[in-house]
Amino acid sequence: MAKFYENEKSETNKKSDLRIKAIENGTVIDHIPCGQAFNVLKIMGINENFKKTVSFVMNAVGSRGGKDVVKIEGMELTEKQVAAISLIAPNATVNIIRDYNVISKTQIKTPNEIHGIIKCINPNCITNSKEPIQTSFKVESESYDESILRCKYCDSIISDDIVKHLF
Amino acid sequence: MKLNHMLSTKDFSRKQIDSILSLAEKFEPVALREKRCNILDGKILSLLFFEPSTRTKMSFETAMLRLGGKVIDMGSIETSSVMKGESLADTVRVVSSYADSIVLRHPKEGAAFMASEFSTVPIINAGDGAGHHPTQTLLDLHTIRRESKLDGLTITLAGDLKYGRTVHSLCYALSHYNARINLASPPELVLPDRIIQDLKNRGIKVTKFDTLENAVKDSDVLYMTRIQRERFPDPAEYNKVSKEMRVTLKLLENCKPDMKVMHPLPRVDEIEPEVDKTPHACYFKQAFYGIPVRMAVLVMAMEEKYGKVL
Repeated sequence: MAKFYENEKSETNKKSDLRIKAIENGTVIDHIPCGQAFNVLKIMGINENFKKTVSFVMNAVGSRGGKDVVKIEGMELTEKQVAAISLIAPNATVNIIRDYNVISKTQIKTPNEIHGIIKCINPNCITNSKEPIQTSFKVESESYDESILRCKYCDSIISDDIVKHLF
Repeated sequence: MKLNHMLSTKDFSRKQIDSILSLAEKFEPVALREKRCNILDGKILSLLFFEPSTRTKMSFETAMLRLGGKVIDMGSIETSSVMKGESLADTVRVVSSYADSIVLRHPKEGAAFMASEFSTVPIINAGDGAGHHPTQTLLDLHTIRRESKLDGLTITLAGDLKYGRTVHSLCYALSHYNARINLASPPELVLPDRIIQDLKNRGIKVTKFDTLENAVKDSDVLYMTRIQRERFPDPAEYNKVSKEMRVTLKLLENCKPDMKVMHPLPRVDEIEPEVDKTPHACYFKQAFYGIPVRMAVLVMAMEEKYGKVL
C-alpha cells in the first residue's frame, strides 16, 4: 500500500514534475474532475481560518486525463464529507497518509441516498421547516462530473451546482 | 407491519390503480345510498387539514360515515396545538394513537411523506402544497373510466398547467393507459418541461396547441383547470387569457359528440354555466365519484380483508 505514495514522492523529486510537497499525516484526494478542487475544500470546511497545510493542483495531467488533486495536512474525512465529495467527484480516490505512508487508498463510491448534507432547493419543502427530520435525496444518476439528486420528500431535482446547496 | 399509506399515485402500477378503481365501482351503490355497508364500523378516521378544503374534506367524511366509521377532526389550526408551535411530526405521532387512519392536508410539499415516517396508522395524503393529491388523481381516473374510456384515451389538459398539481399527477397516471395528451395553456402557465420529458420517456404522445379550439377537436376528454388571477400581475392580461381559455357552447360545437368536460372544481369563469346542461358536462359527476373512490381508499387503508368487501 505504501508503494503508491513512495512513487508519488519520487515523482515530486523530479524537478520537471515538482508540484506539491508530500504531507506527513493527512488526506490526499486524487482524481477530482478539473475545476472541482475549490468545491472539495468547501465541503471539507476549509477556509481562511484553517491553520494547517493545504495544497492542491488544478488541471494536472494524470493517467486518466486532466484532474485536480487536494492534499490536506492533519485532517481525515468524515463519512458525510466523503458522501458529499462523491456527488461532485464520483471517481475520486481518498488516500490516508500516516508518517508519509499511504495506509489506505479508497475509491469513492456514490451512495444511493444522501442524508443531511444537502439543503432542498424547494423553499416550500417540508425539510425546510422546523420539523425533526434531516434532508434525504435519492441519487438518480451519476456522471463523471456531477450527480442528479431527487428530494425524497418533495421530488424536487438538484442537478446543477450541487455544492451551492450544501448545509 | 407495513402500513397502506396513500401518499402519491406517481409510483403506482397500473395493476394497483385498476384494483382501487374496481373497488370504487363496487362502492358506487353505497355512495348513491342504494345499498348499506358497515365495513368500517368501529374505525375512527382523523382529519388533519392545515389548509382550507370543502370538497375533499367533506367527501372523506361522507365516505367514512357511509361505511359505518366515525370521524374526528382537528378543526381549524387557529384552535389547535399548531398555534402553540407544535411540529407536524408531533401532531401526527399523537393523533395516530387516537385514530385508525389519518387524512392530511398540509401546505408544505412532502408533508404527507414525512407524516408517514412518524405515524403508526396509515396516512392518506389529501394534498401537500404543490405536491401530490392522490385521491383527486384516482377520482379523475375513475371518472374517465366510467364516463369515457381509459385505454387509448385522447385528453386535452387546459388552463393552468404550470402550477396545477392535479394535472401533473393525472399526466403520470395516464401514462399507464397509453393516452395521447394535448396541452392548451397560456404561455405563462405551460406544463413544466421536466414533466413533458418524463411523459415522452414513458412513450406518451404529448402535443402542444396554441388554442383550446384546435386542441379539443379529436379529444375524448377535456380536463379544464382554473387559472388563478394572482398569477397575472396585469389584470388586463388575466382577462385576455381567461377569455381565451373558456369552455363555451361554441367551443363544444367542434368537438366529438361524446367528449366529456371535466374540472376538479371550484370553477370560476373557465366553464360557462350553459355548458352544465349539455351531455358534455361531467364535473359534478366527477365530484360525486370522489365518494366511492375515497371509500375504496379508506377501506384499503384500514381493512386488511378489503378484497372480500361487498
